[in-house]
Amino acid sequence: MHRDPDGSDRVGPDAGPPRHPRFVRLDETGRTPVRFTIDGRAATALEGDTLLVALLSNGAALRRSEFGDGVRAGFCLMGACQDCWVWTSDGGRLRACSTSVADGLSIATEQPEASWPVLA
Amino acid sequence: MAGSRVIVVGAGPAGVRAAEILAEAGLAPIVINEGSRDGGQIYRRQPDNFSRPPSKLYGTEAAKATALHAAFDGLRRRVDYRPDTLAWNVTPGVLHTVHHGQTQDIPFDALIVCSGATDRLMPVKGWNLSGTYSLGAAQIALKAQAVSIGRRVAFLGTGPLLYLVASQYQAAGAEVAGVFDTSPFALRVKALPKLLARPAVLAKGLALVAKLKRAGIPVETGVTPVEIAGTPDAGVSGLVLRDRAGRVREIACDAVALGYHLRPETQLADLARCDFAFDAESRQWLPTIDADGRSSVPGVYLAGDGARILGADGAEAAGALAALAALRDLGHDVADGRIDALRRDCARMDRFRRGLVEAFPWPAANAAALPDETVVCRCEAITAGELRRVARAMGATEANRAKAFSRVGMGRCQGRYCGQAGAEIIAAAIDTPVESVGRLRGQAPVKPFSLSATPLADQKGTEQGTPA
Amino acid sequence: MNPIKTPTAQADVIVVGGGIMGAASAFFLRQRGRSVILLERGLVGQQASGVNFGNVRRQGRFLPQLPLANRSRAIWGRLNELLGEDAEFLPTGHIRICYRDEQVGVLEQYAKDARTYGLDLEMIGRNALRERFPFIGPEALAGSYSPTDGHANPRLAAPAFGRAAARNGAQVFENTEIAVVEKTGEDFLVSATDGRQFRAPALLIAAGAWGTHLSSQFGEPVPQSVHGPQMGVTEPLPYRIQPVLGVSTTVTEEVVYLRQIPRGNVIFGGGNRGPAYPDLRRSYVLPTNTMNQLPQLKRLVPALANVNIIRVWSGIEAYLPDDRPVMGPSSRVPGLYYAFGFCGHGFQLGPGVGDVMAELIDAGATSTPLDPFSIARFLQG
Repeated sequence: MHRDPDGSDRVGPDAGPPRHPRFVRLDETGRTPVRFTIDGRAATALEGDTLLVALLSNGAALRRSEFGDGVRAGFCLMGACQDCWVWTSDGGRLRACSTSVADGLSIATEQPEASWPVLA
Repeated sequence: MAGSRVIVVGAGPAGVRAAEILAEAGLAPIVINEGSRDGGQIYRRQPDNFSRPPSKLYGTEAAKATALHAAFDGLRRRVDYRPDTLAWNVTPGVLHTVHHGQTQDIPFDALIVCSGATDRLMPVKGWNLSGTYSLGAAQIALKAQAVSIGRRVAFLGTGPLLYLVASQYQAAGAEVAGVFDTSPFALRVKALPKLLARPAVLAKGLALVAKLKRAGIPVETGVTPVEIAGTPDAGVSGLVLRDRAGRVREIACDAVALGYHLRPETQLADLARCDFAFDAESRQWLPTIDADGRSSVPGVYLAGDGARILGADGAEAAGALAALAALRDLGHDVADGRIDALRRDCARMDRFRRGLVEAFPWPAANAAALPDETVVCRCEAITAGELRRVARAMGATEANRAKAFSRVGMGRCQGRYCGQAGAEIIAAAIDTPVESVGRLRGQAPVKPFSLSATPLADQKGTEQGTPA
Repeated sequence: MNPIKTPTAQADVIVVGGGIMGAASAFFLRQRGRSVILLERGLVGQQASGVNFGNVRRQGRFLPQLPLANRSRAIWGRLNELLGEDAEFLPTGHIRICYRDEQVGVLEQYAKDARTYGLDLEMIGRNALRERFPFIGPEALAGSYSPTDGHANPRLAAPAFGRAAARNGAQVFENTEIAVVEKTGEDFLVSATDGRQFRAPALLIAAGAWGTHLSSQFGEPVPQSVHGPQMGVTEPLPYRIQPVLGVSTTVTEEVVYLRQIPRGNVIFGGGNRGPAYPDLRRSYVLPTNTMNQLPQLKRLVPALANVNIIRVWSGIEAYLPDDRPVMGPSSRVPGLYYAFGFCGHGFQLGPGVGDVMAELIDAGATSTPLDPFSIARFLQG
């Protein structure tokens, strides 16, 4: 079992640092690293990773369910279930399973308050 | 005729073979692909900077996968290929697409929808916990990204894909906690006559199971899922099931791959106003097609797993057949022999399909036993209890009515993953046949798209993709 | 085939049409002790009543309609207690904004006129609007704020009236399509397509888009047209936009309205209407209409720019040339009443229409003025 001792593989603004990657790399590990951020913290992925794989190689979840049943980490990985939408820090929306990670990407696991409900 | 505007939606086995036939006839079809690369889900291509050989990605199907990829690569100059493009709606004679935030209305004379399939899901308590993935997702993670969905993965559900993905995980070095199949073994024996329609495929399947067992991986049939255990914040910590002997056990794991065979993606067919009929064997509503893939709407053709779950080989044949049917309807000369041969292929695949449905049945009865607190609609976090309440107390005995009252199927995925199970729950709650509950109507957009989307300035419907 | 002979059902009043008008009428007739048969072609609240925007809005209405709207608003406030079910009515306020100077004057004049009908509206200038409702876009020059209006869930309201009516003794027949309505002697005889018959001394036609088909059988056709509203909904977002927002303009393409529900989704509509086919019971959202709504939504609430649309839908609504409903007694047949053709703005009125029609049928008169809505305005001569 890989549950965190304090059970806090959280996402969102008051989240601690991600403790455990959910996904395990089995092969193709020699690719060029890609640097991006998750909720402002530096993270590393590999070129060719989907954003979903990049995020779940750095933590255990993608976002929090709007309806109070916990964190979500994607489900279908083929663009059908719509479970893996995350935000860019400037309020953009990305479906993590069908987006490639890119250098300098700044990802938020909670809707940035700066862009909602007021946009300058 | 020569100037006919034909659109193929999808670039999996059905879409590629359809495009190939149309290109041969000199039609230069538009090929719409939601993904970046061709191959569909089954022959999904890994990113360019990955180095695993096809044999590692596709196993026994490597030759077919590379042949399909090569066929499409060879077509690129003869088709108008539009990757990363969502077909979000269809109105009479016009397909509506969105590509990188730009929408376009593309008129057509013939539309060949090869929209593929997704996993068919029966909820289980806890399937909304992070770490539960569809079986297809587990396979995509490995095939396209070389990752495992967890450190220790349990495979739950039924169907050939369950064994295939588990063995691919085992071969790739992932820890497999076990394969837990809801179908009793006896049904496989009973389905043998139909499964023998494709003896080679049957033999490959048997070899997979043997290989898993040799690797010391528990393989159990006839299980009943009880719960995916875990916590809302940490996700999955185990799989609880009742085994064949009636014992309730918890299998430790941090990921569950869940799937009960496949269901076709039928939204576009629905939006195109095609007729559907209830298929009693698989207990799902399927678009009505003739032997060649003609839908009830003139000019709209359906092929591949998006119409009937025939698998990749069947999809190649059905895609080619639908394209020939479209050509013939557009006034081209098509040799009878070619059509007859493909029809025979499809008929054989269909017999095998029915064998699979019999051997690995959708566990409809499990819906009745789901505890009330089980989340059915993952998007909206609506429970089985709520769905039963609107069916019993509010008289919502029809799927769309129950959706209107309970929100089951109203979320981002529009009921793709809860619609069929929801119908079973309603049917069981009010003791009525599931077909009388009906099916959720498809509504645009086929997938969500951004409010920032704008119509493409040039609405001429030409060059959008980059030629190879 | 042998038609199954069933005894003719009887009651004091037959209501044809189980939309919010018919269901509410049935409910209030039961409140008054009248026996009722409610006949619905499909399911209660499935057509225009179930698919509309969910506006509980009074401002902007035809002024002589405000007494009816006010009466309805009062019922909305006690709907849960009346029906024993929650239709998710939220008195969150309603704001109409405008983008043009000349339209500011129109809003101001309306606010002044509405006061004499008991509707208090607050005019809010550009800066105050942005201060109090910071999600509203900078193009808005002014807003007219109706603090006690709001919104409700159209999928729940009419069915809740139908169930409450049934619990209180109304006979509700769903999946009952009416072929013939006629008066035989003192009674109306209503025949379904499957041969079942219903009889009563009073008949209320509340059949929405199918209204003129029935009124014609009494020699009172109306020039009705049928359209589909063009609705859509976004993914769930943090709940910030409490009031319903709408744009006041003379340019159809600029019209957009939206509301956010506490679960987070933003529901929107407006602009050009779509095609609807009552005979097929189908209606469609035209993709061009959705695409025209998007820039207008961003104009009204710029923060929506990055949000995803997850679903669109339409429905079947009946319109009359003067944009007013047909409501009140028949001009030709005693005992016959109408309440249909609400021109896309009937949802708010629904509970009030039910109350008024029940009063009219039960007591022979109503304190709420209905003259502007009489079917007589369409009769030749």
